[in-house]
Amino acid sequence: MKTASRIYTTLVFLFLYAPIIVMIVFSFNGTSSTSVLSGFSLQWYKALLEDETTLKALSNTVVLAVCSALIATVLGTAAAVGLDKFRKGPLRSGVMAVTNIPMMNPEIVTGISMMLLFVFVGKMVSEDAVLGFGTLLIAHVTFNLPYIILNVLPKLRQTDRNLAEAAQDLGCKPVSAFFKVVLPSIMPGMITGMITAFTLSLDDFIISYFTSGPGFQTLPIAIFSMTKKRVKPDMYALSALIFVSILVLLILYNVAQAKSEEKSRKK
Amino acid sequence: MNNRSTLGSKLVASPYIVWSVLFIVAPLIFVVYYSFTDASGAFTLENITALSKYAPTFLRSIWFGIVATLICLVIAFPLAYFISQSTEKVQRTMVMLVMLPMWMSFLIRTYSWMALLQDTGIINSLLGKIGIDPIHMINTEGAVILGMVYNFLPYMILPIYSVMAKLDHSMVEACQDLGGNRLTVIRRCIIPMSMPGIVSGITMVFVPSVSTFYISQKLGGGSFDLIGDVIERQFQQSYNYNLGASLSLVLMVLILVCMAVMNRFSGDEEGMVI
Repeated sequence: MKTASRIYTTLVFLFLYAPIIVMIVFSFNGTSSTSVLSGFSLQWYKALLEDETTLKALSNTVVLAVCSALIATVLGTAAAVGLDKFRKGPLRSGVMAVTNIPMMNPEIVTGISMMLLFVFVGKMVSEDAVLGFGTLLIAHVTFNLPYIILNVLPKLRQTDRNLAEAAQDLGCKPVSAFFKVVLPSIMPGMITGMITAFTLSLDDFIISYFTSGPGFQTLPIAIFSMTKKRVKPDMYALSALIFVSILVLLILYNVAQAKSEEKSRKK
Repeated sequence: MNNRSTLGSKLVASPYIVWSVLFIVAPLIFVVYYSFTDASGAFTLENITALSKYAPTFLRSIWFGIVATLICLVIAFPLAYFISQSTEKVQRTMVMLVMLPMWMSFLIRTYSWMALLQDTGIINSLLGKIGIDPIHMINTEGAVILGMVYNFLPYMILPIYSVMAKLDHSMVEACQDLGGNRLTVIRRCIIPMSMPGIVSGITMVFVPSVSTFYISQKLGGGSFDLIGDVIERQFQQSYNYNLGASLSLVLMVLILVCMAVMNRFSGDEEGMVI
């Protein structure tokens, strides 16, 4: 049984990694073919570093992800703090139901629904090129918000309400009681939510595809327009670089986590 | 806490409430509005009646979604079980390995499957070396389903694993002590207890599979449409927003109905996710 389960696990991982292995191998290909290997070269990595559209798209993606994750974290944390005070009732369950919509709805529907809103408002103010950084930012903040709220709310429930009251009894103003007592205890939830939001935003294609304009391209959209034609291995080179950097980050994160767990066990 | 500060802290939710009305609720109202109007903004039922033409496409999308979801479930369940049975260190590595591909652009990963599946692609040239005739794989229904299974498999593995990892092992032992053999233990004990993970896995695979358009364009080669392809064309090529809106409206309703049916089937289980 042990061997059987090991073979099975290996096969599933082989399936998951087959296209990634192909990608990495062909990023070193000597020709522009993505199915026949001929020689080793670094030309695609060189081409990538010289390709300004791709680099611009990469920096656009990072800027958008950072901005949308930050805005969503502030807005979402405030929302969670407020919602936590709402009594159970139609208002609270209504807001929670709306919060779940972007997570439940197919992404294509979220994307086109926002596009319709933007286009309609654009027509009203007779501005043709309404789709751009602004609309992308609104869209990304919107699909990020539920992840912040759903990560912060449970932390708020675990926080002892008496603590904030105690701080106020000891002379803290409500606002500083929040920053000194409540905020530190919900910080882990905020950080998890923000990281999730950041990675979702980096990776999003479908919603961005419908809410962006020609003036502001993110990396997934640039990749999409490239895959309409024949992909040259420079896209593979880019993906290989992303893969390696994520792998390194994950390994570092896991090592750090394992160490901190060991420490807490020793205590 | 006094009333004033409670009111104050309730008010901090108001920017979010305004935001969600403007950017979640209003866009959905626009989907309905566009569904029932024509290009000039006059009321019409044309977009709704035009939908009957797309019934086969809807059915095909749902069928593909169901098949892909079932295959994911069959692959993911044993894997999640094996992972949950290993040591803590191995578990952490395996979960990381499952998550890693999700961080890569799914566009590139899907494209890279094209290179694998082509008639003169990598798989066929490997087969050729051991003397097997090339198999036609790209631009078939199977290739599209493979693309769906590939892209969404982690969304099935992770929720099932996270429920299994927290399973109460004394329950499993109790089941064994009561004379259950391996299969009975899995069927009567592990599957029912993992139900919340299975249900959320099914949702997370089914919804994106039904509504995808990129996978079917690349691996199906445009030889048949899924509903996502039709919607995408209305917005990016033929600019018929009204028809596109009505198609999306139906897609949304269909998915809600599918979810409701599934929840009914698994309704007896405790601790439902969603």
